[in-house]
Amino acid sequence: MSTHVLAAEDLSGFGTDPWWLIVIKVLFIFVFLVLSVLLTMWAERRILGRMQLRLGPNRHGPFGLLQGLADGLKLGVKEDLVPKNVDKWVYILAPAAASAPAFISFAIMPFGPQVSIFGHQTHLQLTDLPVAVLLVLAMASMGVYGFVLAGWASGSPFALLGGLRSSAQVISYEIAMALTFVAVFLYAGTLSTSGIVDAQERLWFAVVLIPSFLIYMVTMVGETNRIPFDLPEGEGELVGGYHTEYSSMKFAMFFLAEYVNMSTVCGLSVTLFLGGWRAPAPISTIWPDANTGWWPMLWFIAKFAMVMFIFIWLRAAMPRVRYDQLMKLGWKVLIPVSIVWIIVVATMRALRNAEATTTTWLVVVGAGLAAALVALYLWDRAAEKRREAKETAKEQEFATLKAKPTAGGFPVPPLRAAHYGSAVRDALEAPRPERGTSAKEVTGA
Amino acid sequence: MTVLAEGSYASPTGQEIVFVLLGVVTLAAAVLVVTTRRLVHAALWLVVAFGALAGCYLVMSAELVAWVQVLIYVGAVVVLLLFGIMLTRAPIGPSTDLDGANRPAAVVVAVALAGVLVTVIVDGFRTAYVPSARASSGAGSAETIGAALFRDWVLPFEALSVLLLAALIGAIVLSRREIGPAETDARRGGGEGEG
Repeated sequence: MSTHVLAAEDLSGFGTDPWWLIVIKVLFIFVFLVLSVLLTMWAERRILGRMQLRLGPNRHGPFGLLQGLADGLKLGVKEDLVPKNVDKWVYILAPAAASAPAFISFAIMPFGPQVSIFGHQTHLQLTDLPVAVLLVLAMASMGVYGFVLAGWASGSPFALLGGLRSSAQVISYEIAMALTFVAVFLYAGTLSTSGIVDAQERLWFAVVLIPSFLIYMVTMVGETNRIPFDLPEGEGELVGGYHTEYSSMKFAMFFLAEYVNMSTVCGLSVTLFLGGWRAPAPISTIWPDANTGWWPMLWFIAKFAMVMFIFIWLRAAMPRVRYDQLMKLGWKVLIPVSIVWIIVVATMRALRNAEATTTTWLVVVGAGLAAALVALYLWDRAAEKRREAKETAKEQEFATLKAKPTAGGFPVPPLRAAHYGSAVRDALEAPRPERGTSAKEVTGA
Repeated sequence: MTVLAEGSYASPTGQEIVFVLLGVVTLAAAVLVVTTRRLVHAALWLVVAFGALAGCYLVMSAELVAWVQVLIYVGAVVVLLLFGIMLTRAPIGPSTDLDGANRPAAVVVAVALAGVLVTVIVDGFRTAYVPSARASSGAGSAETIGAALFRDWVLPFEALSVLLLAALIGAIVLSRREIGPAETDARRGGGEGEG
């Protein structure tokens, strides 16, 4: 079976760049990300404005293009507040911990094929690893630290709740996200991003692996804490979430991290599912040179902008979900569906590798369909029963709540934990010492 | 494995120096985990220890293991630890009740265990020298590790999966009150438990 290697992994073109080329590439990625953040901010506000029948920012520069710059300047000159009760080291570390991993992920993003820069043949990609996509996942999970630590170090219950929500959400959705990648790896036969783009030469994985692609689109919104999954910063409940106590450049760092994370998941969706830098079908069929030279960078950026538009579109169109709905969707829908889909994909690949006959194919596919039908029938019957049980449970709960309104509820941190100022409040609420009581008794109380 | 090739421990290469430095960082961070008086800082030092360990794997060109280490231990295990700490107490500032009475015993056991492991490894691999150029020829790739895991080590792998599954079910049983003998005032047990 090992003879059927799907895509020969050839990374010999990487790791041979001279130092000045590496510097150029690093600078390009940095500038690309910062520019994309500035432009996304502008585009987001303009598009949201359009969708809500208003203009959006239009005063700074042509079409308000310099709005992002003005926002950044405003944040930069604001007062940098540090609340009294914070854990100083972690409080300062958190914004950096949030934004640094976001930038690193882009090192493996392929912008294009091999080109010649100052007479040097090189890939339009900083580097590639045999396990490149794992690096992106690892960096995404490192980014969680920024949010959790910001929430904790601020010493504020709103921030703490935001940090907790963020960590639970990002970890849950990262599992579903990693599972969608498995199908891509099975088809591409490699974990390196350039190899995955090469494997999509004939057909995009978004077409071959539609379920994976759709699940990825949902998880990437969850992973970046965007509407409709932006509960970590739900301003209705949590003021601002994990960054409630941050201001000025530290807040700007969180802002930057969120938008760079969006860029990363967009770039990843283009690379893994939308053919990477390859030109879309009608262009590549009528123009054979579309996939050579510097043109691919245009296709990459166009696709990238399209996926980014979906983010903005979602924000304009969707209300925020409830937290238990978010978790239910992640754990009870996305992950099981991904696992079943991976099993289907793996079966197909195994059959193809074994060069199965048509009869075998028919038998396996027929058996799979029959099993799916039986499962659907059983599920439907169970759902009917569940619905009835739910109704009775609901009535029961109403009865319980009528008798005792404070029963139940979701687990929350204690209201009087020492770290968010309840020590102060306890002191205030303690009975005032009477005139003449010695100080000793007060401290003892 | 025991390839006595050119090169030795006497003249270290750059990679070996980095490896030793990462080991020192790991050890120092691990000591700080158990000595710091701030609970959340202990978790953060654990992150440093795991990260430096991932660096060690990377120097030995075991790329897959290194990134999985970051992904699982740094990205999930310690985050869940922090999650647990923050859901319960999350104290800012030093805690006074972190040291138990068994502290000296724990130190003795830890030093003894470390001594045994170091002795065994030094004794077993004293003369084994694998130059890193050899190791980089695909020994740490996903393909090699996958093949080794699912051909030679498939039984331990499956046994571990069953162990994890048992732990998972145990956690569910412990955390859900409606499983087990029905209580009279079980709030929302009726629907799913008996259906």
